[in-house]
Amino acid sequence: MSLDSQTLRDLVEERLPRGQVRAIQSAHKDPDRFDQYLALLQERVGWDEPIVLPFGEHLHIVAKGAGRYVVKCDCGHEFCEYTDNWKLESLIHVRDTEEALREIYPEKMHGDPRWNVLREYFCPGCKTLLEVEAVPPGYPVIHDFVPDLEGFYEEWLGRELPG
Amino acid sequence: MAMVDGTRELEQLTEDGAAPIGWDGRSAREMLEESERLFAETGRYHGLDDLALKAGDPIGYEKLFSRLRGGLVTARETALNISASPIVKEIGELCFALYTPEGDSVALSTGIIVHVHTMSDAIKYMVRQGYEENPGIRPGDIFCNNDAMIGDVHNADVQTIVPIFWEGELVGWAGGVTHEIDIGAKTPGSVPIGPISRFEDGIDLPAKKIGSDDELWRDHVLAGLKGTRTPMYWTLDERTRLAGCHMVREAVERVILEDGLDTYKRFVREVIEDGRRSFRSRIKEMTVPGRYRAPGFTELTFGKEEQLPSYARRDGMMHAPVEIRITRDGVFELDYEGASSWGYHSANCAPSAMQGAVWVQMTQTLICNDKVNDGAYFGMRTNFPPGTWANHSNPQASTGNAWFFLIPSFTGFIKSISRALQARGFVEEVLAPYGLTANAFQGGGIDQYGNQSATTNFGLSCVGGGAKMVLDGLDYAAAMWNPEGDMGDMEMWELIEPFLYIGQRVKPNTAGPGRHRGGSGYEALRLAWKTPFYEMQNIGNGRVFIQAGLWGGYPAAPLYRHNVRNTDFLELVERRAPYPVHEPDPADSELARAVKGDHQFDIETVTLPEVMRQGDLYLCPFRGAAGLGDPLERPYESVMSDVDGDHLLPRYTESIYGVVPGDPDGTERRRTELREERGSKAVPAREWMKEERQRILGHDMIEPVQRMYAESMRLSERWAEEFRSFWELPEGFDFPVATPEVDLALQMRSAAGTEG
Repeated sequence: MSLDSQTLRDLVEERLPRGQVRAIQSAHKDPDRFDQYLALLQERVGWDEPIVLPFGEHLHIVAKGAGRYVVKCDCGHEFCEYTDNWKLESLIHVRDTEEALREIYPEKMHGDPRWNVLREYFCPGCKTLLEVEAVPPGYPVIHDFVPDLEGFYEEWLGRELPG
Repeated sequence: MAMVDGTRELEQLTEDGAAPIGWDGRSAREMLEESERLFAETGRYHGLDDLALKAGDPIGYEKLFSRLRGGLVTARETALNISASPIVKEIGELCFALYTPEGDSVALSTGIIVHVHTMSDAIKYMVRQGYEENPGIRPGDIFCNNDAMIGDVHNADVQTIVPIFWEGELVGWAGGVTHEIDIGAKTPGSVPIGPISRFEDGIDLPAKKIGSDDELWRDHVLAGLKGTRTPMYWTLDERTRLAGCHMVREAVERVILEDGLDTYKRFVREVIEDGRRSFRSRIKEMTVPGRYRAPGFTELTFGKEEQLPSYARRDGMMHAPVEIRITRDGVFELDYEGASSWGYHSANCAPSAMQGAVWVQMTQTLICNDKVNDGAYFGMRTNFPPGTWANHSNPQASTGNAWFFLIPSFTGFIKSISRALQARGFVEEVLAPYGLTANAFQGGGIDQYGNQSATTNFGLSCVGGGAKMVLDGLDYAAAMWNPEGDMGDMEMWELIEPFLYIGQRVKPNTAGPGRHRGGSGYEALRLAWKTPFYEMQNIGNGRVFIQAGLWGGYPAAPLYRHNVRNTDFLELVERRAPYPVHEPDPADSELARAVKGDHQFDIETVTLPEVMRQGDLYLCPFRGAAGLGDPLERPYESVMSDVDGDHLLPRYTESIYGVVPGDPDGTERRRTELREERGSKAVPAREWMKEERQRILGHDMIEPVQRMYAESMRLSERWAEEFRSFWELPEGFDFPVATPEVDLALQMRSAAGTEG
């Protein structure tokens, strides 16, 4: 089953009834989904660099030309090369006290900040909360995902990596 | 039974030591060795190049698969009626699978399909160990296994395995597994928290022959009656597995009678290679090559347990550094390099358990629509380092509660797959991490009938499901280890447990917040009833978030214990005074205020059994799941609906979501303010890292956390190097804590030649 662009938009923007979402989940996956999704995301952002890979909510890997690919937020803020960890270029707030944790969780339902803490990573541009980590103190910042862009495009999609 | 009776006559019974039972005059072991050699040489199952049967008669091929699959599902649905255990009969904690003579799965039923590959390991163990010669593998034989080192998750998952013969040849194996309600371990139940060694894990059946001529041997049956606190369930569950295996055998015999032996033999080879190719196709269709990381954590807090020996009496934190790599040629690699050490507790895993968890996650994510069999196993590579909790490699270690860390650790699996799915645009498939299936209401003693009994309440198979990208998570309806979440009937649990349900309802704030919240957990308040003593445990996370959500989604809440002994609850009832039926907000607890007694009201959520008696109260909170996306993007109406539905305490509408109740416009203004506050409270990550580095250099963290790091570093030079490199620590930096389990693990690695 191949979704037309309007149905995909309605799916992403959550306008479809649950029964239809369920049907899409159970159906065979559409081979052109990647390109349709890229086009939809490109249309929704206010800048022109081509998105080459969706990178979670609000983040995208975009082609900057001359073989450079960077992590970029919806708002236009650019973090770093896609092979580097964008979190290191973000703003961070660590909830490492009971008081800070109790802004999110009730008493006795927030764990022990001596055992683990919540790290919140924000976009320096729009202050959107992009990731949360729940880790013990001292844990290295997690590098969640390093895609093999070249391999994906050239060997899986059978075409050149744009840009 | 006519079919089975008829085909019995066709089987050429062999004498022990007579002709080999494998195909073409070979032994089963020779068949397995050849299969492994062909795979190693070609990368294809059994070296198959073309799928001639599928290509020549695609409809017939599909029909053949459907008939075998139908036989397996029918076996499960029919056989479960033999069982009396609510875990099996109502929750459906059983499954059946069909294997090749070498032990590779061909097809499986619905149910706890985590065990499809564990039984494969058990069959291969028997084949490799020469069971064909001694104790013999003959038509009508019955084998049983529950040894995780051979092929299982933990002792409570008991497998019955029968060989299937045709004209004197071993054509396959039928396997069935049920989850026992009690396994006769040191402490009662099926996920015992008490064992610290294998010798306390309960009934131990390491791939034993237990019957012949389709009959269970009397010595085995009698031993089973003495091995568990619940002999009736044990006996009937065994009959369930055996009846199901015989139904599967009959289904295979029917196929061979109708389609011929050669077709069947060709089919079982092709369908596994088909499964392998299909898995690789799915990887390439739905994911992106690259490296994914999502470490998970949990706690084991035994420092307070004075009845344990000193070497086991301590608090610990477990680390699962989940890394997934998807290669350009579509191979899925799962790597646990840097995992914490094995330990003196029951939460250790053997590789078979890890493979089982991979299975159950794969079949609910990437291969839910395809032919599910061991083909996917052949499309993967794994690294479960010896000596870690993920591959304890210690013949004396306990695995009685292996799920306790399997479940938190595999949250990293689902999270990583979801990153890949979103990158490909399959937003409808994206899932944030699931909830921990806890608390385990588990214990044993004298029940309401005056009998000795034990229970594991499977209300825990309905915790929260992870938030989706286009929907909130499922509320109190999911378990990562069983695709068919079912909490059972309260009336049934009240029949077998000396505890009444005073109330059961949704637990607010258990779900992880997010643009989409995770599914909520729920809680049950139980009143001990007509029991002079019943020892009850607590098993869950209280100090540690097991895994954060996705893309700004918060983790599900760790929970707590609130058990009350020596209460005046029955006096309240007698006086017709109001009494609490639940505890929506532990910060404002009517249970704490209205009921007098000895309250255990804290975050000690991993405890050995303690006695409860009539009138005592046990609050059993079940976890929610993680959220997805920035909570400030959750629609106003959804937040208010959460409040109306008791998913969210009203005081959190603003601090989490920026929602001003009754004022959508004010909500937008408040959210703008909160974004500005974020900018003023947060600091550049690299600045924060400088301070955090100093903290590490000064070993400024509690001892369990230091030991967690020390174990990972001492068991993995690769992980240690990366840790030191990230924080720019001096060469040789370590933590000043002893890690005796690591010392033993390294010694065992050295002896086994598995260093590094």
